[in-house]
Amino acid sequence: MLILNCPYCGVDADETELAAGGEAHLKRHGPGSSDDEFHGYLFARKNPRGVHFERWRHAHGCGKWFHAARDTVTLEVFGTYPAQTEGPPKPILAAIEARRPGWTLD
Amino acid sequence: MSTRLANHGRLIDRSATLGFTFNGKAMIGHPGDTLASALLANDQLMIGRSFKYHRPRGLVASGAEEPNALVGLGSGARFEPNQRATTTELFDGLEAISQNHWPSLEFDIGAVNTYLSRFLPAGFYYKMFMYPRGFWKHVYEPFIRQSAGLGKVPTERDSDTYEHFYAFTDVLVIGGGVAGLQAAKSAAQSGARVLVLEQTAHWGGRAPVDGGSVGGAPVEEFVAALLDELGAMENVTLRSRTMAAGVYDHGYVLGYERLTDHAPTQPGPRHRLWRIRAAQVISATGAIERPLSFAGNDVPGVMLAGAMRDYAVNFGVAPGKRIIVATNNDDAYRTAITLRQAGLDVLRILDARDTGGGALMNEARALGIRIDCGRAIGKVSGGKRVHKVQICAQNGQGGALEAVECDAVAMSGGWSPVVHLWSHCGGKLLWDEAQAHFRPDPQRPPTGAGGKGFVTTAGSASGALSLAGVLRDANEAGKSAAQAAGFKPKRTRTPQAEDATEAPLEPVWLMPREAGVRLRAKTWLDYQNDVKVTDVQLAAREGYESVEHTKRYTTLGMATDQGKLSNINGLATLSQALGAAIPAVGTTTFRPPYTPISMGAIAGEARGAVFQPLRRTPMHGWHAEHGAEWEPVGQWRRPYAYPRTGESVHDAVNREVRNTRQAVGLLDASTLGKLIVKGPDAGRFLDMLYTNMMSTLKPGRCRYGLMCSENGFLIDDGVVARLDEDTFLCHTTTGGAERIHAHMEEWLQTEWWDWKVFVANVTEQYAQVAVVGPKARQLLEKLGGMDLGAEALPFMGWSEGRIGEFDARVFRISFSGELSFEIAVPASQGLAFWSALLAAGHALGVMPYGTEALHVMRAEKGFIMIGDETDGTVIPQDLGLDWAISKKKDDYLGKRAQARSHMTDPERWKLVGLETTDGSVLPDGAYAIGPGVNANGQSNTQGRVTSTYFSPTLNKGIAMGLVLHGPDRMGEVLEFPGTEGNTFHARIVDPVFFDKDGEKQNA
Repeated sequence: MLILNCPYCGVDADETELAAGGEAHLKRHGPGSSDDEFHGYLFARKNPRGVHFERWRHAHGCGKWFHAARDTVTLEVFGTYPAQTEGPPKPILAAIEARRPGWTLD
Repeated sequence: MSTRLANHGRLIDRSATLGFTFNGKAMIGHPGDTLASALLANDQLMIGRSFKYHRPRGLVASGAEEPNALVGLGSGARFEPNQRATTTELFDGLEAISQNHWPSLEFDIGAVNTYLSRFLPAGFYYKMFMYPRGFWKHVYEPFIRQSAGLGKVPTERDSDTYEHFYAFTDVLVIGGGVAGLQAAKSAAQSGARVLVLEQTAHWGGRAPVDGGSVGGAPVEEFVAALLDELGAMENVTLRSRTMAAGVYDHGYVLGYERLTDHAPTQPGPRHRLWRIRAAQVISATGAIERPLSFAGNDVPGVMLAGAMRDYAVNFGVAPGKRIIVATNNDDAYRTAITLRQAGLDVLRILDARDTGGGALMNEARALGIRIDCGRAIGKVSGGKRVHKVQICAQNGQGGALEAVECDAVAMSGGWSPVVHLWSHCGGKLLWDEAQAHFRPDPQRPPTGAGGKGFVTTAGSASGALSLAGVLRDANEAGKSAAQAAGFKPKRTRTPQAEDATEAPLEPVWLMPREAGVRLRAKTWLDYQNDVKVTDVQLAAREGYESVEHTKRYTTLGMATDQGKLSNINGLATLSQALGAAIPAVGTTTFRPPYTPISMGAIAGEARGAVFQPLRRTPMHGWHAEHGAEWEPVGQWRRPYAYPRTGESVHDAVNREVRNTRQAVGLLDASTLGKLIVKGPDAGRFLDMLYTNMMSTLKPGRCRYGLMCSENGFLIDDGVVARLDEDTFLCHTTTGGAERIHAHMEEWLQTEWWDWKVFVANVTEQYAQVAVVGPKARQLLEKLGGMDLGAEALPFMGWSEGRIGEFDARVFRISFSGELSFEIAVPASQGLAFWSALLAAGHALGVMPYGTEALHVMRAEKGFIMIGDETDGTVIPQDLGLDWAISKKKDDYLGKRAQARSHMTDPERWKLVGLETTDGSVLPDGAYAIGPGVNANGQSNTQGRVTSTYFSPTLNKGIAMGLVLHGPDRMGEVLEFPGTEGNTFHARIVDPVFFDKDGEKQNA
């Protein structure tokens, strides 16, 4: 029962208000992509023990999609940010590096 | 015999009595008794039979850890199985029955299993029931089903009520023992809001039983003063009879309050589920005593030493009069002393340690109790109660030195902290060699959103086992939790406790150490699941190295008590068998709830009519008044049919179909999803969402569209109407409105966020009525208003205007193949519009029709239905809908997936019509069998039925199905086995059974 801050409405939302949407920052592959690219986009998901970027929707709140950076083992939340981005913003990366020295975005 | 003592009993009121029954036998107890203590007072030592061997079992413990004394409580709508007698407070009129025996507790046929026990070892089920193969279904499974299960399932609907309660606090203290109370006080002194949960009805925990003093006064007085102080603090809330069931992510804790279990006539909810958010949690859950592993340690009358002390001090009862105490630590001496002072015969203390104990041993000796050091119990004899104990050397194989007749045995293998709540959310443990237990590792707590620990332990839950140590630890825990929650703790001194210094414990995992197999095979580790030392040793011999695997193979710790008594002893036994250190073997996972909680509490108020919201169309009340047979669709109720007096539902459906085909019918279509998609990029967006081209749709026109998921499967369909240049109205299926709305939002927000499009769900803003049939236009013209002629409003067009008194938007679309107008009016006018249509159409023979008539008519026309023809694995191409897939578009959701090799496989089953050769109706979901058999010896399949109905129009059964190479096999007859041993024969035909050229709908 996580609590995540919705970056749109500012609410610290209980997990019951949220809908999980899996890994964030996937690059969509459409027609013209190779079988491997499409397979990777559609099915291959990271499932790390540690830092992970996830999609969440404030489903029973403002209805907006946002992203969360958190540690899947310690449940530490490094930050949440709007979904309209292709990668984690700098302040989020800085927050992760501060807490996990040596960590790099792959 | 077990009996009420003349003295002691701090929790009971001897001046009053309560009547109760056990297996129908009338018994008497006192207010303050638990069912367990009251049964002991009535000499009911044997309370149930064990799960596997049906051995007689009595009380082992006095609290939540009790494995044996599970009973059925209450009767009728208030019957509940598997309730622990030790945590059941006695009330007048309580009814209890014992479990797991036949025909009676005293005489049980299943007890023969105990003599078969050498043939029922660990893994017996896995080994035995493999062969011969055919035996499983007809011999083994029916036998196991009969003998499996503990307790009886209630047969009536639960008559009690339950509720959920939300709470927020800075510091949550779990456990109202002396540690919890002290921690609560030191946390609350910082100003933090503190909530304290105690699972029993009493505060102070074991301290008043164990004794000792604080600041020179008896600990009981210290507890009372502490309670007064906390009660006076405004920032402190104390809740007794409330157990913390589980600790979850980010400080979420479930509490389970039992409000009326002890007073069933009291009004209000029975249980309350507390959903708590705490910044910090203090787990002050105490410790649980470990049994000793000796032969016959399950005979009724063998009890944990601490429990025997509880029964004597708290309730003034004892399980026997001539008692032997066996121990490996000093604490059990307290029991011996207490029992001696209560006037009972303590025949012997068998201390497994060669050098015995400390100050408490001397105190016991001074009372005249005989103490034998280096001695052990070789075997306890007795059937339904303890009869005799054979005494042997601990360092030996069990050769009896002496046999002593007695009627109760108190045992203590040391104390283990209750680490469950610490562990639920990831707190780690360390092995404490000196005290031979796992305790929380303060360096590795469960962490919260900030990456810091949010659970602290206090008192014996930390592994502190002396009163002074408990208070010191608890005081610190309260301060550090307050600080972590953002408060400044006060500098306070820990209350100074005085208690006896104890000699070190000596781990004893088997008694005697070298016990032979005959003894070990009678030495129980897990009472509730009947797991013995030999079972765990067998598992180790058979290669089970992981404690998690051994647990599942032997069922150790898998019963309703989740191994509260057996875990440490079991894994110590495993580690010895493996020759590995205990910490290397590790523990199994601790999972919530701490003890079982009621299903009612989990459901709370969400039952019956309020289990789910019910959505009603504006005409819902009319349907109800006119005898609608309801069909649930999503959260809506739609009329399935409107049977008339004396008419069957099936006949009503046939009448509704015939009337609609021959005259005119009305359908309440308000539940269809209506999504407005608006903006300069709306056309482009819909081109991505639908398989066909929507951007080319002209205002005033409608187009049927298919929607697929990104992996190509058909997820929804419906008619799209273009309202103006940048506005579309998308109809979805009844159950699909919210899902498709969310689907649109997801893509707009997360992929195409720079596209200028808004989506609004206006489903409930409109009432929608389908006016269907050859006389539909005639009916509408009677109301007057807008021109609905074939030229003004052709098929697949829409227009806006007035019909009679109503503002209407009319779509000329048809899901039945008839001339059809779907008319949307503002929801507030829906009922009036419906009524006006019925009145105007009376002379034309108008009738409402339900969803089943709708289904029959769409099937007659070969129209697919999402959820019938689709099941999440079907693509539009399977359904012959290639015409609705744009070849011109570069991209749409699902396009790339539909090019994957499996999707273009010519072997995919395709949609066809099916017609039985004798006109009967095919069973829904039936499979067409093909030639040969598969690897499991089952017939190969080559198709299945997706929709099947009796068609009143054609007067025969019609169906649709997906069939291998179906469209190329017109006229072929397939075989569909039924469920009653019969077989249906059906011919592959065109799925459009009726008016293939669409003359009727185009009229």
